[in-house]
Amino acid sequence: MLSHPVIKFLRRFYSGNMAAILGTLIVSTVIIMSAFASVIAENDPKKRVARGHQPPSAELLLGSTRSGKDVFSQVLHGGQVSLMVAFGAALITITIAICVGVSAGYFGGRVDEFLMSLTNIILVFPQLPLLIILAAFLGQVGPVVIALIIGLSSWAWGARVIRSQTLAVRNKEFILAAEVMGESKWRIILFEILPNLISIVVGMAMGTCIYALMAEAGLGFLGLGDSTIVTWGTMLFWAQSNSAFIVGAWWDMVVPGTAIAIFGGGLALLNMSVDQISNPKLKTGSYIKTWRRMKTEVEARRAQS
Amino acid sequence: MNQLTEATMVEQVVTNETGSQSVEVENLVIDFALDNALFNRQYMRALNGVSFSIKAGEAMALVGESGSGKSTCARTLCRLYKPTDGVLKLNGRDINASGSKMTQTELAKQIQMIFQDPFGSLNPVHTIRHQMYRPIRIHMPELKGDAIEDYMLSILERVGLSPAKQTADKFPHELSGGQRQRVAIARALATGAKFILADEPISMLDVSIRLGILNLMADMKEEGIGFLYITHDIATARYFAERTGVMYVGHMVEWGNSDSVTQNPQHPYTQLLISAVPEVGRKRGNATVDGKKSQIPLWKPDSKGCPFAARCPKVTDQCHTEMPSVTEVAEDHFVRCFAL
Amino acid sequence: MTGVREPLLSISDLCVDYITDDGNARAVNKVNLDIYPGETVGLAGESGCGKSTLAFAIANLHNAPALITGGKINFQGRDILTLSPEELRQFRWSKASMVFQSAMNSLNPVITIGDQLVDVVLAHETISVTEAEKRAIAMLDMVGIHASRIKSYPHQLSGGMRQRVVIAIALILRPKLIIMDEPTTALDVVVERDIMDQLYDLKEQLGFAILFISHDLGLMGQITDRIGIMYAGQMVELGETEGIIANPQHPYTQGLLSSFPTIHGPKERLEGIPGNPLNLLDVPAGCYFQDRCSQCDTICIDVMPNIEVLQVPDERQVACHKVSQGDAL
Repeated sequence: MLSHPVIKFLRRFYSGNMAAILGTLIVSTVIIMSAFASVIAENDPKKRVARGHQPPSAELLLGSTRSGKDVFSQVLHGGQVSLMVAFGAALITITIAICVGVSAGYFGGRVDEFLMSLTNIILVFPQLPLLIILAAFLGQVGPVVIALIIGLSSWAWGARVIRSQTLAVRNKEFILAAEVMGESKWRIILFEILPNLISIVVGMAMGTCIYALMAEAGLGFLGLGDSTIVTWGTMLFWAQSNSAFIVGAWWDMVVPGTAIAIFGGGLALLNMSVDQISNPKLKTGSYIKTWRRMKTEVEARRAQS
Repeated sequence: MNQLTEATMVEQVVTNETGSQSVEVENLVIDFALDNALFNRQYMRALNGVSFSIKAGEAMALVGESGSGKSTCARTLCRLYKPTDGVLKLNGRDINASGSKMTQTELAKQIQMIFQDPFGSLNPVHTIRHQMYRPIRIHMPELKGDAIEDYMLSILERVGLSPAKQTADKFPHELSGGQRQRVAIARALATGAKFILADEPISMLDVSIRLGILNLMADMKEEGIGFLYITHDIATARYFAERTGVMYVGHMVEWGNSDSVTQNPQHPYTQLLISAVPEVGRKRGNATVDGKKSQIPLWKPDSKGCPFAARCPKVTDQCHTEMPSVTEVAEDHFVRCFAL
Repeated sequence: MTGVREPLLSISDLCVDYITDDGNARAVNKVNLDIYPGETVGLAGESGCGKSTLAFAIANLHNAPALITGGKINFQGRDILTLSPEELRQFRWSKASMVFQSAMNSLNPVITIGDQLVDVVLAHETISVTEAEKRAIAMLDMVGIHASRIKSYPHQLSGGMRQRVVIAIALILRPKLIIMDEPTTALDVVVERDIMDQLYDLKEQLGFAILFISHDLGLMGQITDRIGIMYAGQMVELGETEGIIANPQHPYTQGLLSSFPTIHGPKERLEGIPGNPLNLLDVPAGCYFQDRCSQCDTICIDVMPNIEVLQVPDERQVACHKVSQGDAL
């Protein structure tokens, strides 16, 4: 069991890689706490349980909002929605980016030209204004629509990156060999090309997650989401409309903001650490420490003789 | 329609009975577009009327420098490129005929290719077993379960990879260059192919490993596999192949029996090539042939004359305007040159 | 010829390691080599033998994960490994220069070749730009490139011409030693011969020493005075080229020489060397060549052979138990 290739891979990935360990810890803590929100926080996030704008205390760990709702409970339940929107949007983006990027890279010719024109058009659109306009146009939209909007407007850059990676792999001899062998095009794309793109795709997935998280928070904050649903973005919206900062109820605003920052930071750390294994030239493995130590030893010896 | 099918079937039966399997290339012409213009598109001619044949159990070598078109020949035989003109025949049957189109699977059962770069010819994310199973699954659907494993192991043993089971469990980066090239050969054999097109199979391998691969291919020749051996090293062409063709800028300028072509070269380009090759044990001395300094020409569909005219020490006026016809200078030794 | 003069470059007991997560791989293992002024020394071997690593070490170009862990490299008396960065910069190129593998790709694609030459001169000498340009034109002429191409960009030149430019850049400061690492591998054989002829003429004119690294023994046999054969980081045979080619002593050299099919020799089945190259992370206690050697004996398995000087058939250094025991090979 311990020598299974996946376990070996994980051990090599984590040993000496502070970013990976921290990132994984943060991300998994946030996800678990959100998932078990109803168990950890007993209060219903939508019910009034205390007076308005109460500071953090033993009973209300993170204080209460203007309408007396439990901030701690809200941030955990809200996390469920925000994270689902973030992961959902990331999933949509990655799927479209892979489909477009790999097809353009593999088939080339007219298909490539058409898909790249489409990609360039989407790229040219300024994303945030587009999101705002779409959300405003559609009225008060729930999280699902928000996820869809974000997903459908942010795949363009990912498609370009995947296309250039596909081009690099496409002309390698093992792909030519598969074609000469008589493999169907679909099998080649799914089983020969895609596995070589995994490290790019994983990195892209994390980056997109962070972006989607921010986008959801932004839209919610602007009031474009459904403000009756509790998400980190809507928490910020309500805190802003109730002038939380000005009246001194800093917890109303700081808590959701910090939650976003912590989770985003954890994802960013994970993203950095994936970079290290997909690009060995970054020279950050444990062998570097050994190298530095030996270098100082050798130079000391040389200076003496 | 019925008559045609019958005729084809008779032809195939005849071929199989007489046992002469072969791949034939007749007057192959390939043009590549130099730009994407809608009108007046410029083309370069990568191959200009090349003809040769590969017989089962024999090796045909194509020797030439980069840009001579030798790789293009091989790739066209695998249908990676489409010929602009000319006919490619497998066992007498035109592989690109629009009537009874040969599917890629049918072609793949007979002709396979091995490439130059041992590091690039295997997918780094799959085990050797996975990469060997694919051709077997596609081309031998009647084998199931353990039969596939046994067949795979037998082929791996045949190419000299023992212990076969351990090798099958490994990933490509765990094997050496020579071992990877053997896997590439095994994969080509797994389809049941009778003809293997080897595009510079040993030039990226260590010197001491090269002979191992060449000898393996020679053993396979004894078992009846036909080879097209593409190389820039005329010495290994002579060592391995019975027949050799010398290519220059998409033209075959001299071809025939390997010994005859290498020991008694008639075309000035062949003579230049042979005198330039550094040989172990031969001292650096005065070159027997000196090419005039000139760029290698870019051949276009409307270019005239002999492609070597700009560099040939024996050039005459006729060489710039007319393509030399074929002369048979000895038994199974042909040259295209005016200055014989 | 040798013995009375001082060597230009003297490498003694050089060790270069590659530090990896799986252990230290010793790519160059206690190599000794002297190069005298004006001579051409060849270094032959296959991938993983350490010849490129050795070349990089001479110019002290190694970065992590490679590390020079032992030995000295004396150039005209001074140990290169103890030079300060400024002294090292002066040493590089004006005393010793290097032509890398596929060097034609190491030309800067957005600078004209004339400018690249001028930049090199101006980086080392304080002369005017016009003077430097004159030197550049003269150098290009010496390598056989017409002065009119001085404003050309690298992509406008053929592979052979680019290689000549690289050689011109390596020679423009008149170094005493030029290290060439597989300079002609990426070139066609006719172009290769032209370049080698040109290099030979230049050598007669300017009198520099060459360390020529390659796996092509045929080519090295033609242009080198002495040749060293390396295997798995060690020097296994070193001596005069003619002698080694005619009468190789070490089993690896013998195997290597019989791995080249010839055009004009007899047509017989050659065997090459069986087995696979050595994994440097897992080396045996005895001779590194034991798994592939036809002459392997019990002593070879346990004891590493030292390189010893022989006088018969000619002055040679060989690292092999069977040879030093006097068994005729």
